[in-house]
Amino acid sequence: MSRLFLLVFTLALTVAQPAAAAGKLNVIATTEDLASLARDVGGDRIDVEALARGYQDPHFVEPKPSFILKLNRADLLIAVGRELEIGWLPPLINQSRNPKLQPGAPGYLDASLTAKILELPSGQITRAMGDVHPQGNPHYLLDPGNGRRIAQAIQKKLSEMSPNDAGYFAGRYADFDKRLAVAEKRWDGQMAPYKGMKIVTYHRSWPNFADRFSLDVIGYIEPRPGIPPSPSHTFELIQEMKRQGVKIMLVEPYFDLKTPNAIARDTGAKVLVMAPSVGGEKEITDYLGLFDYDINLLVAAIKQVGAK
Amino acid sequence: MRSFARLMTIVLASAWLSMAQPAFAQQSGGSQGGTGALGAAAAQALRAEVDRLRQEFEAVKQQYGDRLAALEARLKTMDAAPAATVDVPSGAGGAGGPEGALPVYGNASILSKVFNPDMAVIGDFLGAAGANRVAQTPALEMHESELSFQAVVDPYARADFFLTIGPDGGIDVEEGFLTFTGLPGGLLVKVGKLHSAFGKVNQMHNHILPWADRPLMTENLVGGEEGISDAGISVSRLIPNRWMFLEATGEVYRGQSAIFRAPSRGDLTYVGHVRGYQDLGESTNVDLGASVAYGHNGVTPDATTRLIGVDATFRYRPLRRAIYRRFLARTELVWSRRSELAAQPQSFGAYVSGEYQLGRRWFAGARFDYADRASNPSLSDKGESLILTYWPSEFSQIRGQLRRTRYAEGTTANEFLFQFLFSIGAHGAHTF
Repeated sequence: MSRLFLLVFTLALTVAQPAAAAGKLNVIATTEDLASLARDVGGDRIDVEALARGYQDPHFVEPKPSFILKLNRADLLIAVGRELEIGWLPPLINQSRNPKLQPGAPGYLDASLTAKILELPSGQITRAMGDVHPQGNPHYLLDPGNGRRIAQAIQKKLSEMSPNDAGYFAGRYADFDKRLAVAEKRWDGQMAPYKGMKIVTYHRSWPNFADRFSLDVIGYIEPRPGIPPSPSHTFELIQEMKRQGVKIMLVEPYFDLKTPNAIARDTGAKVLVMAPSVGGEKEITDYLGLFDYDINLLVAAIKQVGAK
Repeated sequence: MRSFARLMTIVLASAWLSMAQPAFAQQSGGSQGGTGALGAAAAQALRAEVDRLRQEFEAVKQQYGDRLAALEARLKTMDAAPAATVDVPSGAGGAGGPEGALPVYGNASILSKVFNPDMAVIGDFLGAAGANRVAQTPALEMHESELSFQAVVDPYARADFFLTIGPDGGIDVEEGFLTFTGLPGGLLVKVGKLHSAFGKVNQMHNHILPWADRPLMTENLVGGEEGISDAGISVSRLIPNRWMFLEATGEVYRGQSAIFRAPSRGDLTYVGHVRGYQDLGESTNVDLGASVAYGHNGVTPDATTRLIGVDATFRYRPLRRAIYRRFLARTELVWSRRSELAAQPQSFGAYVSGEYQLGRRWFAGARFDYADRASNPSLSDKGESLILTYWPSEFSQIRGQLRRTRYAEGTTANEFLFQFLFSIGAHGAHTF
């Protein structure tokens, strides 16, 4: 019995591993935003794939074994960091059997290290505050400035890993930087009339967006991060929204619309399902498209409700 | 601080007044009996004395007030000073590790804080009501307190410790192992005390089970709550193929667990497991497994137990509504063959379980159990359970379970189990 077992096991171990595809770097990003930035810089010299979909809550992704296979074959893993993926990425990395991606290894790029991070908690934090992120808000990609910084970090990393293509990556980055600068001017123009406008959001996904485009987030539909809406909090929020004349609510595509719609009926505010990530809606296929989609949607809604 | 100063002033003043007043009375009493001129002179002297005392008191008050103000100012500057922080050394960050700056609470121990493992405590409080004459559990008990310590050891390995404290206070290493993550050849090696990879339930800690108890199959055939948990070495490898995720695991154990007992050093326990997984779409997937465990059972020097297990899981979780809706159906079947003194009892056990998420915080489930007794297959137990679980947050769960067990002896136990699960500390990853 034990001999048979050993025989079967040795056979299983000796099945040859497939040879790695030559040349192209295999990049896995945890979210579609990061995948899009990597694609912008890496072009056709890299293969990129995202684990979480853009319309999925990035805090609660299932660590499926199919993801283990993807990480197993990856040369580079780009993660959002700031504990966004703490509930699902560590076991995937552990089981990836890929020394390149282990903590501290060169194939692990934490995108947040070069980003501008908001809501860094100061003082004692406890879970009584909900599912707080002790290292700051991880939804930082909604500031185009951070997109630029991360694209640059990716360019640097790819050039290190594939020095022969360094010139190509530098050219792609310069082009992305230029396109982003033009787009930013356009977005700033669209958003300029609404500086200081008061809004409410479901989760704390939008601080960087609000900071960049000077919106004032006065409240959240969640009483605390990760805690579902409660009647008393909703009631208080409705009073506050009426008092301050809030007409816009931003909701991520993965939240139930029941409470936001109830608030909308009571306050006359409009519920906007904005995309927090590339892939949040089918037509959002890249990072620039994400802001185009969100800003067009927001501006149209503001015009409709006539908010100030 | 300021109110203390005010209190001190009042206390001092009233003490001074109460001391001064009797003196006044005595003096005036004396003056009534004496001559007018003498009385006037005495009164004047007294007034001068009072004035002097008052001035002295004012001076003292001023002095204390100044000192207090200075102290308060100093305190304020101390509060305003930024908390000292230290940068996490590069390389210490990564998957789940701390990054950026960490606050320093004391001195000297800056670095030991950075390298502390992730720690968590999980409480499992279990209660039972109803009658059970075969396997009675306490009405209320702190069933288990689990402490976990997890960290990267070095660039090649990580370590995970799970210590459990049972209801009677005994501490036990539930699992404690080293995982080599950087091995060539796609190997993943674990060394230490492990829950063996036999089937699904055997690998699960109590707090991640969807029930308050374990299936009858586990109780009768796979060693109960402890299960096949032993000191050993586990080697697993992905088997590359173009169709699906396929993983083979081979394990060798000392032979000292709830069902295996090695009479001599060479009588090791072997466990093998093959897992196949396939996504059917972005929301649905199937997970299939086959397991075998073989080892000495200690009844006689040559007696052995062989277990063969098959498990299947179907999952549905729509990505867009992943936090509100999911469905999981699972079954495990185990065939046990023991060689004992004369007989070779062959027993079978299985469960079928389903779990459905009703809303953000509510889960409903059901389980059907069947299991022969390991040493006497003619005795078989059957059971059904209905389970309702409420999640106040990601970090706590409250569960109720209605359980009917029909024991082979002919008795039926109808019970209500309830459970509180709560976790503090580092954010543990969710298992799949």
